[in-house]
Amino acid sequence: MNNKKFFAAVVGLGLVTLSACGSSSDDSTGSGSGSGSKTVTLVSHDSWAVSKNVLADFEKKSGYKVKVLEDGDAGQAVNKAILTKDNPQGDVFFGVDNTLLSRALDNGLFQSYEAKGADTIKAGYRVDGDKVTPVDTGDICVNYDKAWFTEHKLQPPTSYDDLIKPAYKNLLVTENASTSSPGLGFLLGTAAKYGDGGWEGYWAKLKDNGVKVVDGWEQAYNEEFSGSAGGKKAKADRPLVVSYASSPPAEVIYADPKPTTAPTGVADGTCFRQTEYAGLLSNAENSKGGKALLDFLLTKEFQEDMPLNMFVYPVVEGAQVPAEFTKYGPQAKDPETMDPAKIADHRDDWVKSWTSLVLK
Amino acid sequence: MAVPVAFFAVFFAYPVAAIVTRGLKAGGTWQFGRITEVLAQPDIRHVLWFTTWQALASTALTLLIALPGAYVFARFDFPGKQLLRAVVTVPFVLPTVVVGTAFLALVGRGGLLDEWWGVRLDTTVWAILLAHVFFNYAVVVRTVGGLWAQLDPRQEEAARMLGASRLRAWRTVTLPALAPAVAAAALMVFLFTFTSFGVVQILGGPTFSTLEVEIYRQTSEIFDLSTAAVLTLIQFVAVGAVLAVHAWTVRRRETALRLVDASVTARRPRGAGEWGLLAGVVAIIAVLLLLPLAVLVQRSLGAPDFGYYRALTGADGGVFLVAPIEAVGNSLEYALVATAIAVAVGGLAAAALTRRDAGRFVRGFDALLMLPLGVSAVTVGFGFLISLDEPPLDLRQSWILVPLAQALVGVPFVVRTMLPVLRAVDHRLREAAAVLGASPWRVWREVDLPMVRRALLIAAGFAFAVSLGEFGATVFIARPDNPTLPVAVARLLGRAGDLNYGQAMALSTILMVVCAVALLVLERLRTDRTGEF
Repeated sequence: MNNKKFFAAVVGLGLVTLSACGSSSDDSTGSGSGSGSKTVTLVSHDSWAVSKNVLADFEKKSGYKVKVLEDGDAGQAVNKAILTKDNPQGDVFFGVDNTLLSRALDNGLFQSYEAKGADTIKAGYRVDGDKVTPVDTGDICVNYDKAWFTEHKLQPPTSYDDLIKPAYKNLLVTENASTSSPGLGFLLGTAAKYGDGGWEGYWAKLKDNGVKVVDGWEQAYNEEFSGSAGGKKAKADRPLVVSYASSPPAEVIYADPKPTTAPTGVADGTCFRQTEYAGLLSNAENSKGGKALLDFLLTKEFQEDMPLNMFVYPVVEGAQVPAEFTKYGPQAKDPETMDPAKIADHRDDWVKSWTSLVLK
Repeated sequence: MAVPVAFFAVFFAYPVAAIVTRGLKAGGTWQFGRITEVLAQPDIRHVLWFTTWQALASTALTLLIALPGAYVFARFDFPGKQLLRAVVTVPFVLPTVVVGTAFLALVGRGGLLDEWWGVRLDTTVWAILLAHVFFNYAVVVRTVGGLWAQLDPRQEEAARMLGASRLRAWRTVTLPALAPAVAAAALMVFLFTFTSFGVVQILGGPTFSTLEVEIYRQTSEIFDLSTAAVLTLIQFVAVGAVLAVHAWTVRRRETALRLVDASVTARRPRGAGEWGLLAGVVAIIAVLLLLPLAVLVQRSLGAPDFGYYRALTGADGGVFLVAPIEAVGNSLEYALVATAIAVAVGGLAAAALTRRDAGRFVRGFDALLMLPLGVSAVTVGFGFLISLDEPPLDLRQSWILVPLAQALVGVPFVVRTMLPVLRAVDHRLREAAAVLGASPWRVWREVDLPMVRRALLIAAGFAFAVSLGEFGATVFIARPDNPTLPVAVARLLGRAGDLNYGQAMALSTILMVVCAVALLVLERLRTDRTGEF
């Protein structure tokens, strides 16, 4: 009996020591302290990225140390933030987009703060109220495999209407709208284009024209799309994929050696605009630091750093976009958009109808 | 007993209960009506039906394909046997995000089946079933083969000498001895395939969904916590039932069999039939298990001069704050801590379970410790978030959460490996030592430790390998400045561009090699094969 107690005590102590290590290593970076804290915590999804020197610059100027917590994909991160809103994991949340914005606002995720520099945000991206600050924007568009279309002497599609033409039969792969954010964006794009009464008819035709639906972006892009690096290795056979307007520059930037032109292009008339927002979390421990961090997200330095790190476009006036970014992936000229409130009202119903229409 | 119970209660039962409560309680009252409501939905019923039948089919197929393998590994000696045994276990610990990619290369478009016969199985249920065989082959080979190797072949020979036909001898002597192990293996495979997540998500396309996938969807995408809670409870009941049956078969198996040292039962194959069987098994392993793994390696070498591997050392990719190669170090560190926790908790649990005075409650705890294998990672992850958020247990931002979550999955393996060995220690030895005046601590050190040391090492190795590959719970809590290997792979796959894709393949290959090496070391240590894994 004694030996067991002894053993239990040792292990128990071990566990306590381990968890103490955990919290003490946190303390050394200064988390979990009051509003005078020198650490500010940013909660985001796993696409968050920033250049080291840009972040270091903010830390030096503001005196705050930035801690980043990444919480899975965008939808997951928002849901987790909502679940923990009474005792949030950090001070600022970055990465709720227009398709999920209402869920965050309705659940009281954010407190009011108007970031410095909010007046420099381009007109199209501003939102009502001061709960959230737009930070970046990007387009969900059909990408095409240039080589495939040249080889088959076929013009790449340029619009939603093209996609249901017989010439493009069995060429498109898209993502499940209920589990993938580009998939949902594409659905919303068609809903914006054809209206409440028309999008279902459009999808019925798209289905007849052989659209393939896979669960996530990784499979669609890396396994099914013939134009991507992964797709080429996987001998993919779909030359059209729902992805982002920024995917073609990524194909160039992450290639070695770098080609002179992007192997893929964007069908300009098939785009849906996504905007990502950040906000000060309700019950943030370090609201002062959080405010400083929000201000930082709107500085030119950060906005100009975003394109090559997160593959999105800046939202403030006058922020320069790197040449290699605009050259291979210009922003869509006339993307579809939709009011977040309308998305909130219809999202679940649309996804449900879409699921039974397309997947069943 | 206190430590495992406390560990289990704090890091499993409490978080899971918290998230289920959150989903089922609205305005302070329980919404049990939700249960019938959810069950009434045709979609959900469809998911339940699919989950059950695909698990049954996967289990049957796995047994069909893996039992000959179990026989070959148990009875035959051939060159490269140890290596092969380690390699067939690699899929079991690889993250599904990696395997899905590799497996598509076999059964997908342009895959080998496609090239040979124009057969494509992607987004069909066959892809799911074959991938389940790929993952669970080792479970059957190890569980059944382990026992088979120790059955005395002379018993069967004796029966034949007495005039029984070969088949009859096998049926009346070997089969009854083997049946409990086969049942146990089948139930484990059923458990793993019933709760299958990554395989179904990647290979099944959006039309097939298991309960586990549906829980993930409802929690993570649709944010319908009450539906998720109901589904979690349903899965709980199902998994609980499977585990209860499993515990029963395991106990039956521990009734005394005449076991002999495995090294004396294996011999070189004799005659064309036996060589043919060996060749067939090796061929199946090569096509079904090695080929997908080889495709990964081949794709990781797609750039000249190991370009993808060299790219892993740079931090300028922008995907991470650190060079991707650092994920290897992170993974090793996490896995070591997770192993320490799993061995401590699992070892104590196993010790408590072997006590002679262990009652019904304690024996039930055996099955309970297996539950984390059958509960969805997203449920545990969300549970951690909302339950471990107050001092003294505000661990949400602590790195310790990752090894804790991994240890949860490791503990069942430790318990299952240690239990049979501990049960085999003769009580009279301990009593004799105590009578001769040894203190309880000394008894443990002098009697138990030498006998279980090897099992302990094997258990530790398995916990280590499983921790290394754990993805579901880790992805929830891993921090961006120290991603684990599977998390890094998933993130690289989530980005466009040749270099990102290549690096993902290179990292997967590294993970595979690390797992294989860990398992090979285990094989070397492994002489006693009573353990279940």
